[in-house]
Amino acid sequence: MSDEHDHAEEGSPLTETELRVRALESLLVEKGLVDPAALDALIDTYETKVGPRNGAHVVARAWVDPAYRARLLEDGSKAIAELGYMGRQGEDMMVLENTPKVHNMVVCTLCSCYPWPVLGLPPVWYKSAPYRSRAVLDPRGVLRELGVEVPEDVEVRVWDSTSEVRYLVLPERPAGTEGWSEAELVGIVTRDSMIGVAKVQAPARGGRR
Amino acid sequence: MNGIHDMGGMHGLGPIEREENEPVFHHAWERRAFALNMAAGFLGEWNIDMSRYAREQMPAAEYLATSYYEHWLWSLERLLVDKGLLTQAEIDARLAELRKRAVK
Repeated sequence: MSDEHDHAEEGSPLTETELRVRALESLLVEKGLVDPAALDALIDTYETKVGPRNGAHVVARAWVDPAYRARLLEDGSKAIAELGYMGRQGEDMMVLENTPKVHNMVVCTLCSCYPWPVLGLPPVWYKSAPYRSRAVLDPRGVLRELGVEVPEDVEVRVWDSTSEVRYLVLPERPAGTEGWSEAELVGIVTRDSMIGVAKVQAPARGGRR
Repeated sequence: MNGIHDMGGMHGLGPIEREENEPVFHHAWERRAFALNMAAGFLGEWNIDMSRYAREQMPAAEYLATSYYEHWLWSLERLLVDKGLLTQAEIDARLAELRKRAVK
């Protein structure tokens, strides 16, 4: 969605929220407490540079490199930093491996903790009251609602990121991707699979890029 | 502290709505609110736990009726005032000024 569409129409009044943001920004800038250029740089970083493709890179590497996978499960922060992803909200990373017997999913019941360096900023549904309240109450129901049917004999583990630890799910590599390169695998790993609310699907035959 | 933010296990909060191809920000002001929070955080006057705590002070009814970045904005204002970086009076004065300009 572009600014032109969601912004107030030309000539129409700004909302109270928009005014409040402008008030704080103008005061902080005038006092020299924040630099407008730094604000632009922050927005650019989180809007265009940091995102789930970073996490997909981590997952794909783990799928093709068993030694990396072992390091990743042993010390998430360190192994993720090997690929150059580090920074705020990713200081203490733990990687959760999905297997045929265990399905992991991640929530932040208190707010919005999320591993920024590998997934970017969280989507609205992740921060929403419905997901936060129900992920711990009825995880299988939530997964079903989001399109993932977890068989009864598979254990569901819900990780509530209410401390400084941030979680990344290492989804199962789908069948039919044997021999794929790391770059090809990066293309099929979705954000939701790394939160644990989706499975990675291999494209149908012929869909390989 | 038990409060409205502590949502794990609550009932009746509705279905989960996922948006396809969701943009990182939905409104221009969300970008500014996000960046202001980050940049003000870099001043070192508070840490992540303090900003979380500030967010949790929002009155429950208001918390439920507002969006995520409105929570951020609310807590940023509280922290700036609590730490003496801005006064409530100057924020209110600036808001009044901007409102007047906005209706012109």
